[in-house]
Amino acid sequence: MSADTGFTPYKSEDLSERVKLSEIDHSIRTSGLFFLVSAVVWLLIGTVFAIISSYKMHTPEFLAQYEFLTFGRARSAHLNAMIFGWANNAIFCLGLWVMARLCRNRVRHGGLLLIAGAFWNLGVSIGIFGILTGKMTSVEWLEMPTEVAPVLAFSYVLIGIWGIMAFADRKSEHVYVSQWYILAALFWFPWLYIIAEVMILMVPARGVVQPITNWWFAHNVLGLWLTPVALGVAYYLIPKVLGKPIYSYYLSVIGFWTLALFYNWAGIHHLIGGPIPVWLQTAGIVASVMMTIPVVVVAINQHMTVVGEHDAVWKSPTLRFVVFGAISYTLVSLIGSAMALRVVNEVTHFTHFTVAHAHHGVYAFFTMIMFGGIYFVMPRFMKREWPSATLIRIHFWACALGITLYVVGLSIGGIIQGLELNKLDDEGSIVYPFLQVMANTLPWLASRTVSGILLTIGHFAFAIHFFWMLFAPANKTSEGPTLLAPNNS
Amino acid sequence: MKNLPLLFLGIFFTLAFSWVGLILSSHLNLGNLQPSTSELEDGKLIEGEPVYPIKLGGIAQTGKDVYIDQGCMYCHSQQIRAQGFGSDYERGWGNRQTVARDYIFQDRVLLGTMRTGPDLANVGSRLPSREWHMQHLYQPRITSPGSIMPPYTYLFDVQKVEGRPSEDAIMIPEGSPYAPPAGYEVVPTDRAEALVAYLLSLKVDYELPEMGFTEL
Repeated sequence: MSADTGFTPYKSEDLSERVKLSEIDHSIRTSGLFFLVSAVVWLLIGTVFAIISSYKMHTPEFLAQYEFLTFGRARSAHLNAMIFGWANNAIFCLGLWVMARLCRNRVRHGGLLLIAGAFWNLGVSIGIFGILTGKMTSVEWLEMPTEVAPVLAFSYVLIGIWGIMAFADRKSEHVYVSQWYILAALFWFPWLYIIAEVMILMVPARGVVQPITNWWFAHNVLGLWLTPVALGVAYYLIPKVLGKPIYSYYLSVIGFWTLALFYNWAGIHHLIGGPIPVWLQTAGIVASVMMTIPVVVVAINQHMTVVGEHDAVWKSPTLRFVVFGAISYTLVSLIGSAMALRVVNEVTHFTHFTVAHAHHGVYAFFTMIMFGGIYFVMPRFMKREWPSATLIRIHFWACALGITLYVVGLSIGGIIQGLELNKLDDEGSIVYPFLQVMANTLPWLASRTVSGILLTIGHFAFAIHFFWMLFAPANKTSEGPTLLAPNNS
Repeated sequence: MKNLPLLFLGIFFTLAFSWVGLILSSHLNLGNLQPSTSELEDGKLIEGEPVYPIKLGGIAQTGKDVYIDQGCMYCHSQQIRAQGFGSDYERGWGNRQTVARDYIFQDRVLLGTMRTGPDLANVGSRLPSREWHMQHLYQPRITSPGSIMPPYTYLFDVQKVEGRPSEDAIMIPEGSPYAPPAGYEVVPTDRAEALVAYLLSLKVDYELPEMGFTEL
C-alpha cells in the first residue's frame, strides 16, 4: 500500500487474479445470498425474542398472559433462532465462500446447496414453532422438537459434503489455516449434533450421562463449530484486507491443534459441583485452562498482524468488525478459562455472569466477525458497493456499545448475585435471603434491556442496509469501496 | 500444511478422543447404576428395606412434561452441591449433595445451569403444601413478594362460582390485588394439578450408601 493512494481493500494489482476470484465469487453467489438473507431474517427474529425475554426478566407481568411467549419458551426461541438460524446460515455462506476462495476453484453443484439450505431453514422454522407451541425438549441448545432433527441433520450433511467436495476439488497447492479450521468444523458439527440428539433425546442415556453429553455438545457447538469458522474467516480477512501475510505460519499450526485437542474436553466445566464424577469435572477444568494456549497463540498471530495498521482497520468496515471480534475472542476465552477454576466457578456458576459470558463469546466474538465478513462478501456478490457509510457506522457503534454494556453490566450483576448467594455469617448462616439476592439483580437485568435496545438499533440499521444493497439499482461502483473514514493523502 | 491424511486423522481423533473419554467412559461407569437401599450389608442390598431413588409415576410424570414444555429449568436447577461449596445446604435446599444414582430413573435429566430462582431438587420436602404451590404458580407475588417469576395464570381457569364453590379452587388471600372479582374463583387446570404433583414429588429425603445426610 503506498501512502499517496490511500487505503483500499482491493489488494490484487493483477487483473487476471481479480477476474479469477470474481468468477469463484460468482459461482457461489446464488446460494451464498440465500444463506445471507436467511441469516439476516433470523437475526431480526432472534432479536425480537431477545428483547421480549430480557424485558420479562425484570417485569414478569409483561405479556404474561401469552403462554407461547412465557420466559422459558421465548428465551429458547431466541437461542435457537440465533444459533441455528443466524449463526449457521452466516457460517454456511461465509465458511463455504472462504473455503471456495482458498481452494481457488469455481464451485459446482450450487443447486444442491440451495436445496439443502431451504430444508435447513424449513427445519429451523418448524423447530422454533414447536418450541413456542409446547414441544420444547428443555435440553439446552437442543430445544427444538426431536422430529426436526432428521431434517436438520440431512440438510446439514448435504452442506457439509458440499464443503468437503469443494476442498477435494481445490486447485491450490498450499492448504491455508482457514481451510483447516473450516474443514474441521464442517466435520465436527454433524457428529456433535447427531450424537447429542441420539444419546439425549432419541435413545436417552441413563441418568447423568445425559447432562454430560449435553455439555459436551453445547460447549462444542461454540468451540468446534462457531469458533473455528469465525477464526478461519478472521484468518482469511485480516491479511486479505491489509494486504500482508499473517504474522506466523508456525503459530497458526500450534493454535489449530491445541484448539482441536483441548476445546473438546472443556464443556464439562458447566457441571462443576454437580452430581457427576469429580475426575470428569477436573478434566474439564484442566482442558479449560489449557485453552489459554490456542487463545494466546491466535491472539499473538492476529493482533501482531494488525499492529501498526490501525488506520486501515478503522477505515475498513470489514476489519473494524473483525478486529473487534478478534479482541473479544482473546478476552472472552481468558475469562472463560478463569471461570472454570473451582474457586471462581463457585461464585459465577448458576448466575447471570454465565449469560453475560455466553453473549461475550457468541456475540462480541463470533457475530461481530460474521458482520465483518458480510461487509466484505456482499460487494463481491453484488458487484456494487455498500450504499451508506453512515448506516455502517450506526451498526458498528450500536452493536459495539450495546454488547459492551451487556457484558459489563450483566457480569457485575452476576458476580454480586453469586457472592450474595454464597455469603455466610460467622455462625454459618446465610446473610442474604433469596428474594433479596433476586431484587439486587434487577438494576443489572434492566441494564441488559438497555443494551438490548442498542443491539436492536444496530441490527435494524444493518438489515435495512443489507436489503437496500440487495435490491437497489447499481450505484457508485466507480467511486471505490465504502469506507468509514476519509482517505487522507 | 501438506500432510492431508494427518489433518483428517487429527480432526477425527480429537473429537473421538473426547467422546470416549467423557461420554463413553461415563456411560460404562454410570450407565448401569441400580437403585439401592440406604445402607449395604456385606456390599449387598438389605432385604426388606426400601430402595432408592423412586420412579416417578402417574400424574407427576405428566407434570414433568409441563415443567419441560414451559422451560422451568432455565431458571431452576435440580442439583444440590456439597456443603462447603456454595450455600445450597445453608439455604435449606437439601440435606445432602445429590449424586449420579439420584437421577437414574429420570428419562430426561433437568440439572439446570441457572438459579434465577431457587434449586428444586428437594422442593417437595421443603415446601410440601399443594396450596402454596398453586398460589405461587398462579401469581408468584402472592407467596413471594418481589419475585420475578412469571405468573402462570393460563394454567388456571377464573370462573364464576355456580352455587357452591369448587372444592379444588385455590385460596387467594382476601384483599390481595391478585384476588379474582367477587363471585369468581380460581380453579387449577389439569396441567396445573400435574405440575404441582411433579413439584411435590421432587424429594431427596433418603440416604444412599455413597452419600449420607450432611452432619455438621
